[in-house]
Amino acid sequence: MLFGVAMVFAVTVFIFGLSRAAGDPRYLYANEYTTPEQWEELGRAMGLDKPLVVQYLTWLSKAIRGDFGKSLRDQRDAWDVVWERVPATMQLALGAFIFTTLVGVPLGVLSAVKRGSVWDYAGRTFALLGQAMPGFWMGIVLIMIFAVQFDLLPTGRRGDITHFILPTITLGWYPAAGMLRLVRSAMLQVLDSEYLKLARAKGVGPMAVIWKHAFRNALIAPLTYAGLLLAALVTGAVVTETVFAWPGLGRLGVSAVFNNDFPVMVAVVSFGTVVYVGASLLVDIVYAYVDPRIRYS
Amino acid sequence: MAQAQQETAKVAFTATIGRQVTLRWHTLRRWPVVPVAIITALVVCAVFAPLLAPHDPTVGELTDRNIPPAWYPQGSSEHLLGTDALGRDVLSRIIYGTRISLLVAAIVLSAGAVGGTLLGLLAGWLGGLYDELAMRFVDFTLAVPFILVALVVVIVLGQSLAIVITLLIIFSWNSFSRQVRGETLQIKNMDYVSMAKVAGASSPHILYRHLLPGVINTVMVLVSLRVGSLIITESVLSYLGVGIPPPTPAWGLMVAEGKDYITTAWWITFFPGLAIFLTVLAFNFLGDWLRDRFDPRLRQI
Repeated sequence: MLFGVAMVFAVTVFIFGLSRAAGDPRYLYANEYTTPEQWEELGRAMGLDKPLVVQYLTWLSKAIRGDFGKSLRDQRDAWDVVWERVPATMQLALGAFIFTTLVGVPLGVLSAVKRGSVWDYAGRTFALLGQAMPGFWMGIVLIMIFAVQFDLLPTGRRGDITHFILPTITLGWYPAAGMLRLVRSAMLQVLDSEYLKLARAKGVGPMAVIWKHAFRNALIAPLTYAGLLLAALVTGAVVTETVFAWPGLGRLGVSAVFNNDFPVMVAVVSFGTVVYVGASLLVDIVYAYVDPRIRYS
Repeated sequence: MAQAQQETAKVAFTATIGRQVTLRWHTLRRWPVVPVAIITALVVCAVFAPLLAPHDPTVGELTDRNIPPAWYPQGSSEHLLGTDALGRDVLSRIIYGTRISLLVAAIVLSAGAVGGTLLGLLAGWLGGLYDELAMRFVDFTLAVPFILVALVVVIVLGQSLAIVITLLIIFSWNSFSRQVRGETLQIKNMDYVSMAKVAGASSPHILYRHLLPGVINTVMVLVSLRVGSLIITESVLSYLGVGIPPPTPAWGLMVAEGKDYITTAWWITFFPGLAIFLTVLAFNFLGDWLRDRFDPRLRQI
């Protein structure tokens, strides 16, 4: 827990430092008619005249209360700007997460149980394709096929359920491939063990062997992956959101960086880090629940 | 009658073909023939790019904009895969792009593997405070949202090949450290290491002679497994506009440049992406094969 807090702290210091190194934000507002007095006034208004440590501490004490300052671009609270983007990203991440679980887990189990069968090859092809295609290109190709060529699905932006299909697949295929491989290898390991032979020998049905005896024990590694995945999807949707013009956090972060809008940028990165660290703590706790052998003192 | 004979002949023929196919299939499954062929082709492209590329990759004729690939009626054999919006030859740019991808992967992985292995070995061997600090640092680099940080850094320091490589190194050594540390912890309690210690071997000697050979297999397999994701990460940076600066032909950048033309000139964005895809696929295949072969703990998988 303490470590998680320290991690968030370290990352915010790092990001804050970077954002200040990004250049004087006053240049965004100044033009050739700006007098030195106005320049100074602008600096005071932004708190740029104080030492960096003070600037950081002021920022941090406010940040804990959700006050990241005003967006330099549209003069609104940076946190509000970030917060209103969260639902879009959450929806997309959740969709991709469900896709990952619904596709990766059953296919992984299937290809382990029926090793060497058509299912196994299909599953592994799916995994290989997913892990080799860069997300942006996959997105563009999907748009080419389903939106441009056949005009079946919209190319992006939020809307009804059809708007979700292409971005979800684009974001979810890579983690689904990883999930499939993890589940498959974990299942193969467990299926080989002595206690499963015993279970089979004493006449437990095949379904019960697979799902009750094997799957539960194979769950540890995929569970870690799933826990961190949701967080990774929230912060990792940058590319997918850029391709599909999805109004989420990732695109906000990208445009904030290009606009030199550091309050927003710092808010985005801090949010992402807190989500990520929080998720990894949660995974540790769920671990202990799923596997009673693990106990934390 | 003749028809029946024909039928039998056909069946026999298909059976022979079938046997041959199965035989080939087995060779293909045993040895990574296709991936090695693709990777060899890539290396050849990278080394001999100026000889192989039919056109200059950075200069185009504006009158030759968006020419479709050669198999289209409007296409020309001059430009096999067509030209982009600035009239540059897509094929030539892809061939030159091989250089960037392989160069970045080679530099980043050698640096990341060497640095990460060293740190992991030391962490496992020394233990205590150093171990704790090193592993917390690994956690730190894993918790930072890489793409966003990379965006900020590039905006601050400007776009260049050196910065992309440095960034990728900073974020690629951690997996090596973690893995190597885990293995070192296992090996260092083995009898032969204890004996070396009793025999009076110095720490550097034990690390180099007794621990490194124990982990080097894992490191090599890890390297081969990481090539693909590294090439993808580099192309993502280029795609977002913070990677390799234009007009250098980098695959990710080419996909981004063609993105606005997908309704009129799909080839500009499709083929560079296909190049990334095939490259990564080949390296992943090879990595999997190496892992199955050389990492005993994973052999049963």
